[in-house]
Amino acid sequence: MMKTSVQAVLPVSAAAGQSIPVRAILPWAVFGLIVSALLLYFVGAEQGATSLISGHEVHEFVHDGRHLLGFPCH
Amino acid sequence: MVGRLLARGMVAGILAALLSFVFAKIFGEPQVGLAIAFEAAQDAAAGAAPEPELVSRGVQASWGLLTAVLMYGAAYGGIFSIVFAFAYQRLAALSPRSMALLLAGVGFLTFVLIPDLKYPPNPPAVGQEETIGLRTEMYFAMVGLSIAISMISLLVGRALSHVVGYWNGAVCGIALGIVLVAVVQFGLPDINEVPDNFPAVILWRFREASIGMQIVLWSVLGVVFGALAEKCLPLTQSVARKTS
Repeated sequence: MMKTSVQAVLPVSAAAGQSIPVRAILPWAVFGLIVSALLLYFVGAEQGATSLISGHEVHEFVHDGRHLLGFPCH
Repeated sequence: MVGRLLARGMVAGILAALLSFVFAKIFGEPQVGLAIAFEAAQDAAAGAAPEPELVSRGVQASWGLLTAVLMYGAAYGGIFSIVFAFAYQRLAALSPRSMALLLAGVGFLTFVLIPDLKYPPNPPAVGQEETIGLRTEMYFAMVGLSIAISMISLLVGRALSHVVGYWNGAVCGIALGIVLVAVVQFGLPDINEVPDNFPAVILWRFREASIGMQIVLWSVLGVVFGALAEKCLPLTQSVARKTS
């Protein structure tokens, strides 16, 4: 009884809290990182240093974003 | 639960990117325009033919910029949510919102400020075509090293905080991070390809705008993701209900 009332006074941050099991995170981590890496590749590097699609259209389309987001360009 | 966190991370990233796009449009685009005007004047003076426009400037400065920033926001929103899933209640006993804010700060330092100190963002007209391979490799190497340094600093700081207390542990972790950044940046090659007569004001304002839009992106990502994540971590919700 005493214990629960003490817990209730504590801020949520201290009372709450259970970490998410690593095995629950891992499959989503792999999936999320692959999707994110692909997105970043097309914004930051495609048709610059390396090319999967020929031409310059992708590079030219994201040109301003690539400069402003800090990726090397031209 | 992690799938929902990932989706919310990407949604928060897209929202943050929309605001960041507005910032970039107001403060960044004028500098890009000035830099391109400088480049065109240089080409004309040298008697070179103007570069053909594959995509019009209007499209580059609107839909192109928006697409790039949205993809970037979604990508880092996703990465952010995965890091959050690992760090929550492991790195420190913080509430979801506080943990999200802390990680957003770390994310900005890791992915933006530390790499930018060595290889700062450059406007058009800065950078030689022949060195794009080297510059891209060095930039991504710097980002990779920056990620490693942040992880080492956080883990060492956390381990030390059990021994010397929270505050001292954090200070030691940060100090170690600063030393590692200095060593790595001293070791990597310098790249400076700013033309001698490029206006300093345009360069400075461009870099200000570039870092400014990242501050908008990361701070909005941290605040929005914290609020969204709180709702999908079932335990905190039930505790919050009990205490309120």
